Amino acid sequence: MSDHAVSLSAPSPSINADAWGPSGPKPRHVFSRRNIFLYGTLILVALYYLLPLYVMVVTSLKGMPEIRLGNIFSPPLEITFEPWVKAWSTACTGLNCDGLSRGFWNSVRITVPSVILSIAIASVNGYALANWRFKGADTFFIILIVGAFIPYQVMIYPIVIILREIGLYGSLSGLVIVHSIFGMPILTLLFRNYFTSMPEELFRAARVDGAGFWGIYLRIMLPMSLPIFVVAVILQVTGIWNDFLFGVVYTRPDTYPMTVQLNNIVNSVQGVKEYNVNMAATILTGLVPLVIYFISGRLFVRGIAAGAVKG
Amino acid sequence: MSKSERPSRLFRNLNAKVASIPMILTALVVFVGGTAWTVLYSFTNSKLLPRLNFVGLDQYYRLWATPRWLVSIENLLIYGVISLVFSLVIGFVLAALLDQKIRFEDTFRTIFLYPFALSFIVTGLVWQWLLNPDFGIQGVIRSLGWTSFNFDPLYNSSIVIYGISIAALWQGTGLIMCLMLAGLRGIDEDIWKAARVDGIPMWKTYLFIIIPMMRPVFITTLVIIASGIVKVYDLVVAQTSGGPGIASEVPAKYVYDYMFFAQNLGQGFAASTMMLLSVMIVIVPWAYLEFGGRKRV
Repeated sequence: MSDHAVSLSAPSPSINADAWGPSGPKPRHVFSRRNIFLYGTLILVALYYLLPLYVMVVTSLKGMPEIRLGNIFSPPLEITFEPWVKAWSTACTGLNCDGLSRGFWNSVRITVPSVILSIAIASVNGYALANWRFKGADTFFIILIVGAFIPYQVMIYPIVIILREIGLYGSLSGLVIVHSIFGMPILTLLFRNYFTSMPEELFRAARVDGAGFWGIYLRIMLPMSLPIFVVAVILQVTGIWNDFLFGVVYTRPDTYPMTVQLNNIVNSVQGVKEYNVNMAATILTGLVPLVIYFISGRLFVRGIAAGAVKG
Repeated sequence: MSKSERPSRLFRNLNAKVASIPMILTALVVFVGGTAWTVLYSFTNSKLLPRLNFVGLDQYYRLWATPRWLVSIENLLIYGVISLVFSLVIGFVLAALLDQKIRFEDTFRTIFLYPFALSFIVTGLVWQWLLNPDFGIQGVIRSLGWTSFNFDPLYNSSIVIYGISIAALWQGTGLIMCLMLAGLRGIDEDIWKAARVDGIPMWKTYLFIIIPMMRPVFITTLVIIASGIVKVYDLVVAQTSGGPGIASEVPAKYVYDYMFFAQNLGQGFAASTMMLLSVMIVIVPWAYLEFGGRKRV
């Protein structure tokens, strides 16, 4: 991989001093001043970014006596997984002492339906906006996009009232609806732009063959746009898993998602602070989005950049 | 958003309209309706329950006379300036470094961006631990022999907002770097060639040629950062819970606390309307510049 990167850099006449000389592979100056400065800076910054992750892991593997005596940066003298077990199954929030596992399963039960529902709604929506535009559709779409910038605090309370009226306030289904609502602007934009960029002849040909709204969506658009669905799933899973505000507003203590429960465990004022258990709990909560991030790689970047690229 | 006409007949479009019902409901009921509702009720003296008992601008007078709100606004301004300046500068510099055709670019990018996958709660709790005065960075440096070393931003009310900004920058600069990198990659190689032929030094090329060319990227990035700043809430809750005292309060937390703990809905609505207003001040000119011209076509 790295050799490939070097050979790529040779013919492109950009930054390097010898770039507009004779063509052919560039002679390597591994320890040139430029390289030392460049890689030195990058490695230092990378270490800074990795430091918190390292400290989290190291702390979670130490016993409390070692934490009190030692230094947060030193590796554990004696590795123990007890804090992880404790964080998962016995850590206390208020009166409940069944650990983060409850929050984890709540988060799963919130995230899975929210992701499916929000993507289903937004993809059909984006498809309608791209291929079946009706009068006024763009107006609603613009309201939706502008609405994405309204601070959530402005809309929190009216939604409480709406959910209370339909009897879903405090339930997981209520939270699923809230996530679908607030995921809608960015996802609809994502799908609309993707479907708009697909060749129109495809759509026309299907129309000539007599396919209708749902037929074209299910048999042509859906199978052809799997990459954008993957991007949307990544975007939504990390976003919903990491949510705190909606979780704390629209659920009750026994249905709290993982982030809310984590905060309650770590910032509870009762009892002795068990920093190793806290850090184990913190890693556990961050693990799902981290795993998705490291597996998905470039698709994750595409997902977050999708929020930035406007239509 | 070009108005290319599609061969669709109105009467056949019923399906599309049905499919758009969730969007229409969200746009009209939640975004427009909810916002209007909150603004309307911010002029009432609602306490535990929303009531239409109008008191004019009373809630706003009270809001701007509450020390906690003033602290929140001050914190938001400091946090905002730090976020904007540092994430733009650091993000751009990192992107420029990564754009030097280096080895292991993917590895570096992965490392710089991973904090962005973590929630603000996780970010806040990690940095709470790193900045712990007894065991964290301060404790370690003191144990190395420098016993007068002082670095406890989370426990010092005059600098606590900077401690929160450190965590926020760690979490968010990776995203800015990625956006900037995409912008840099979009610049024509010929520009670099021309600058090189003219003998312009690299830093000058960046400062006077590349950055002005990346104006759209900068504007988009600016809007993204700015809309994130106003929302800051979870990070503060996790790191300091607004403390010490009220030193690290932010507007979003003020709204939440007044709505759901202090049972003073009117204050919460007034505060959230102020948040809306501040966002509008940023968004409206931007939207006007971006889309205003196109709408007239």
